[in-house]
Amino acid sequence: MQLTLDEATKWINSFVEKIEHNSATLNELDTAIGDGDHGTNMDRGAKAISEALSKKSPENLSELLKTTAFAMIQKVGGASGPLYGTALLDMSKAAKENDDLAALVQVGADGIKRRGQSDVKMKTMIDVWQPVADDLQAGSLSTDQVTAALNSTKDMVATKGRASYLEEKSAGHLDPGSQSSAYLFESLVEVIGG
Amino acid sequence: MKKIINNVENIVPEMVSGLVRSNSDLVEEIPGTTAVVRADAKFASADQVGIVSGGGSGHEPLHAGFVGDGMLSAAVAGEVFTSPTPDQIYEAIKAVDKGKGVLLIVKNYSGDVMNFDMAKEMAEAEDIKIGTVIVDDDISVENSEFTQGKRGVAGTVLVEKILGAAARAGKSLEDLVNLGKSVINNTKTIGIALKAATVPAVGHPGFDLKDDEIEFGIGIHNERGYSVEKIQPSKQLSEELVAKIIDEFDDKTGKFAVLINGMGGTPLMEQYIFANDTFDNLKAKNIDVGYSRVGNMVTSLDMVGISLTIMKVEPQWIDWLNEPATTIAW
Repeated sequence: MQLTLDEATKWINSFVEKIEHNSATLNELDTAIGDGDHGTNMDRGAKAISEALSKKSPENLSELLKTTAFAMIQKVGGASGPLYGTALLDMSKAAKENDDLAALVQVGADGIKRRGQSDVKMKTMIDVWQPVADDLQAGSLSTDQVTAALNSTKDMVATKGRASYLEEKSAGHLDPGSQSSAYLFESLVEVIGG
Repeated sequence: MKKIINNVENIVPEMVSGLVRSNSDLVEEIPGTTAVVRADAKFASADQVGIVSGGGSGHEPLHAGFVGDGMLSAAVAGEVFTSPTPDQIYEAIKAVDKGKGVLLIVKNYSGDVMNFDMAKEMAEAEDIKIGTVIVDDDISVENSEFTQGKRGVAGTVLVEKILGAAARAGKSLEDLVNLGKSVINNTKTIGIALKAATVPAVGHPGFDLKDDEIEFGIGIHNERGYSVEKIQPSKQLSEELVAKIIDEFDDKTGKFAVLINGMGGTPLMEQYIFANDTFDNLKAKNIDVGYSRVGNMVTSLDMVGISLTIMKVEPQWIDWLNEPATTIAW
């Protein structure tokens, strides 16, 4: 399916709300297996997205994704900023040629893999992005599918990212980046319908 | 927590502003950022590869204190212990590019590596040639909570000095990348802490050590090390670090450079005592010291502790280490 500017705007706005509403949850998840600031950092990014979009309404999908990417890149810092920023920036570039939603999400997932030098099964946000891209490619995405992808990170042992030094101790915890990515795709389901 | 600060949110911009205002002949702020660039008269006509480094704040004088003729062209300050963002790094790159390319010196932490990598892509999109070297001199732990692989710590300053001198001598970007890799491969560091650092936003030391305890192998962001032990005389502390580091060098012939680095809360008196013991311990192992330096170069806020860096050097590297550099802190 094609993603319109209007749908994408609603999607991003809903994501911003979810992050602002759940930043404490993200911090808690990150305290268990990271340095405890994922929620704080993402919240800084969410506020920057709102501010950027209120200053200037994007004229097309590519511009919306680029504005969102730059807000994340400039304000989040740490590893999450470059990871989300790369995904959105690559999607913005791809959106100039192609507005197919499944293809765009795959481009985003590939961007995260490139930036983080990672792949699936390493207990990172890729474990949500890649299954979601596959589901969209197969023609449907539901909240249940997003939740299933998120929950799959719980028993994984981290081999990349901040949690990797905990090795086996990282098992039994949800990956914080996967949780924030799950919020992103729950927002998408709200907009396009599951 | 007692600190001479105002609002925690403004720590980095206020620090950078103070640093620039007290050294306006050497550095200036890049507008809209917390990055500083050379301000000396020679910089305008400097026909050389630019060198940009940076990272989280809290390690002063690294990196801004080493911006100037013969070292870095610019330095980017992130939030305390947090990597700077790519847009700021990109501004620094643009400010120092003289058409010969720009070398990025990055400490090996996931956040730093990713943010510098993004800045590199932004610069390359504008046809600026970029080379990167990643410093990973900490041999105390293979994987830490902040990185994959070894951490970049005090050895960074020696890497910056050698590459800065080589860039001034007119070396190409490609040569500097190769030289950097070679220098980093020959640089090994271990640190110890008597007391953890207090991050202003947190308000208490990052980990607890009892009055009679020290920790071997700590990083520069309160990362834990490899063992907690009872405090010992300086001689023995030095012996442990010297043995561990020298053990890592296959070839113990030739000359070595030594850096004894205070972590921020350690009196110089103690650093010199430790240096005295270190020279004895190196001599006992027949290690030929061709260059040495003692002082607070790569700190960790108010951490009480010390790190020892030993580098196996080529004769040319000693010359580059000895050359004068006009910066705030070298």
